[in-house]
Amino acid sequence: MSLTKLTTSALAIAAFGATAAAARDQVQIAGSSTVLPYASIVAEAFGENFDFPTPVVESGGSSAGLKRFCEGVGENTIDIANASRAMREKEIAACADNGVTEIIEVRVGYDGIVFASDINGNSFAFTPEDWYKALAAQHYIDGALVPNALTSWDQVNPEFPAQPIQAFIPGTKHGTREVFEEKVLLAGCEEGGFLQAMIDGGVDKKEAEEICMAVRTDGKSVDIDGDYTETLARIDSNKDGIGVFGLAFYENNTNKLQVATMSDVIPTTESISTGEYPVSRPLYFYIKKAHIGVIPGLKEFAEFFVADEIAGPDGPLAEYGLVSDPDLASTQAAVAEEKVLGAGS
Amino acid sequence: MTDMPTPQPIPRKGSLLVQDARTVKRNRAEARFKMYGIIAISMGLLMLLILLTTIIGRGTSAFQQTFVSLNVPLLAEKLDKKGNRDIEDIKKVSTFGYAPLLQAGFEQKVADLGIATDLKPKDMANLLSKDAAATLRDFVLANPDQIGETVVFEFLAQSRVDGYLKGRVTRDSIENDKNISAAQLDLVDALVADGTLAKKFNISFITGADASDARPEAAGIGVAMMGSLAMMLVVLALALPIGVAASIYLEEFAPKNWITDVIEVNIANLAAVPSIVFGILGLAVFINYMHLPNSAPLVGGLVLTLMTLPTIIISTRASLKAVPPSIRDAALGVGASKMQSVFHHVLPLAAPGILTGTIIGLAQALGETAPLLLIGMVGFIASNPPETIAEGLLSPNSAMPAQIYEWAKRADPAFYERAWGGIIILLVFLITMNAIAVLLRRRFERRW
Repeated sequence: MSLTKLTTSALAIAAFGATAAAARDQVQIAGSSTVLPYASIVAEAFGENFDFPTPVVESGGSSAGLKRFCEGVGENTIDIANASRAMREKEIAACADNGVTEIIEVRVGYDGIVFASDINGNSFAFTPEDWYKALAAQHYIDGALVPNALTSWDQVNPEFPAQPIQAFIPGTKHGTREVFEEKVLLAGCEEGGFLQAMIDGGVDKKEAEEICMAVRTDGKSVDIDGDYTETLARIDSNKDGIGVFGLAFYENNTNKLQVATMSDVIPTTESISTGEYPVSRPLYFYIKKAHIGVIPGLKEFAEFFVADEIAGPDGPLAEYGLVSDPDLASTQAAVAEEKVLGAGS
Repeated sequence: MTDMPTPQPIPRKGSLLVQDARTVKRNRAEARFKMYGIIAISMGLLMLLILLTTIIGRGTSAFQQTFVSLNVPLLAEKLDKKGNRDIEDIKKVSTFGYAPLLQAGFEQKVADLGIATDLKPKDMANLLSKDAAATLRDFVLANPDQIGETVVFEFLAQSRVDGYLKGRVTRDSIENDKNISAAQLDLVDALVADGTLAKKFNISFITGADASDARPEAAGIGVAMMGSLAMMLVVLALALPIGVAASIYLEEFAPKNWITDVIEVNIANLAAVPSIVFGILGLAVFINYMHLPNSAPLVGGLVLTLMTLPTIIISTRASLKAVPPSIRDAALGVGASKMQSVFHHVLPLAAPGILTGTIIGLAQALGETAPLLLIGMVGFIASNPPETIAEGLLSPNSAMPAQIYEWAKRADPAFYERAWGGIIILLVFLITMNAIAVLLRRRFERRW
């Protein structure tokens, strides 16, 4: 009984396989989980308004997305990589090695990073310096590096309540971690004069910066490798916890979280777009130029993404929590003329 | 106990009425063991009960959704500026162009009902789902002759309004929420009193496609269900014939030597390999080497086939073994060939066991997420409903458990409710499949 069935099914599979190689008619996107919600909002609107099928958006993180992007040119590689940071030189080189030479970089806007704690807990007004003091692995005291001995927030800053330090920060595979280290820890280290003290004390500048950005590993700070929902669950079960979130995530969960100010600025799309709120980072996507004209709808999708009605200050992306790019017009022009990375900029 | 007592004659055990000490002890031990068993079972039942009540308690609300009925004027000057009713010209009006119509319709409704509110038409229309404009545009493109008339629509309400009607969102909880205001909730209350805004059964949760983060109320699990179905077809078409052929050969024809022993050990090992490993294999072999398309249910099905094969082989071999040798001997004795004895006698008798094993293997594959992560089936994918079988196998799609995982990650709490709702649907599938397996076994299995 099974012989005929087996051959027919094998034939059927083979036939499908043959047609598979023929054409792909939807845009494929992968990358940063921070960009995912925005990309899926655009993909949905694109599918509705154009005759092209809705693009496919996968997550997996900026680095993973860029790695897949750089695997080569061809229909079984992705067309667009989302990233919550700019592409690194090393990645551009890896791309070039695999024949992905012409890459169009598109900056879609900015994303705010906020510090939030349980809605019924204490309120905080942080400065980057507070975070540096609370989370640094080592402090530079009197010319020597000593392990961080602070255990509660009132030791960090006498104005804070006596709440144990418990931070939930993004793990190292997240693009957000890099921003947190640079714009909070390093900034705090500099503001408080600790960096200068170390350099004066004879520590090499690069090394001193690395010491500033090293996070304590004694359990007061926990790396979250999952998504913001996991951070939220941790805070739910540990009311003393303070977590790092994206602005859009906080805005969807205002009934459970209260946001802390940073240098006395409340994070909102407005305060981030003016630059008053210091902790934000640009979001990008990268297009494989070789796929434009091969994959139907790729260029149309990119242009639609940065159009005023989508990425502008009144568009659906801003409504969801994206801080729109004041320089959107030049991005639109760059997409229209398919300006590639490294070509006379 | 220094000096030994003089040995006494062992008393005769004879009384049926009085138990001696050792019997009492043994009986007590038995009673205790029974009690442990009952405690273990009741713990298990309690866990199951907690699980089911949590799932049902949190998930059933996903099957209901808040709808708003509105009369929308399909203004010709907005939708067909040239006035020639050319479908290509009408298509140029994007969903953003439909927003003013919704606002006009909402304003008209509020005025008709005589509700006093300070809200601007834009804020009123914000109570509708972002999906409303798309619903409207689809209708106009399908019925261009209706332009110029006023049509009654049932639109989805946005997730906060839906949450308010379901008790998830309260007036206290929206204090810092920029998506909805107290004034808007006042309007919602007035519309509920009038019946314009009401909760209804939402069939599109079961049949619909995934939706983006901006409109959780429009998301459905239907397309992901098609993806799961396509994968199950691939698994059934490949794993059943291969698995049965392999086990018949191993059980009935293969010589018993060290090679078959090694194969046997490896099949048992394969059954215990974590499923993520099959995902990595699928990525390396099917996508990177064989160049099959990314995110396609065909690849998902192939990966799950690898995962299901050992389960099917093991259960098939067990049921072949359960057929008594006398059947084979009798068949051979009346002159049947080896193959005839297997296919005419042994296989039919083993069939119920094979089917049961297959169904349980399929149910296991249906609930699998980990390998799908690596072959690109998790994300915002299940938005294009497949139209043909080939498309169902090859165009990107997700699967039910992957869709649930994806929803549980998203920011809006409304997605969380849908994740629980999705679990209910998945459980219904699993229970049905397992019930069929039990039924088949009860109905057709023969004992010797």
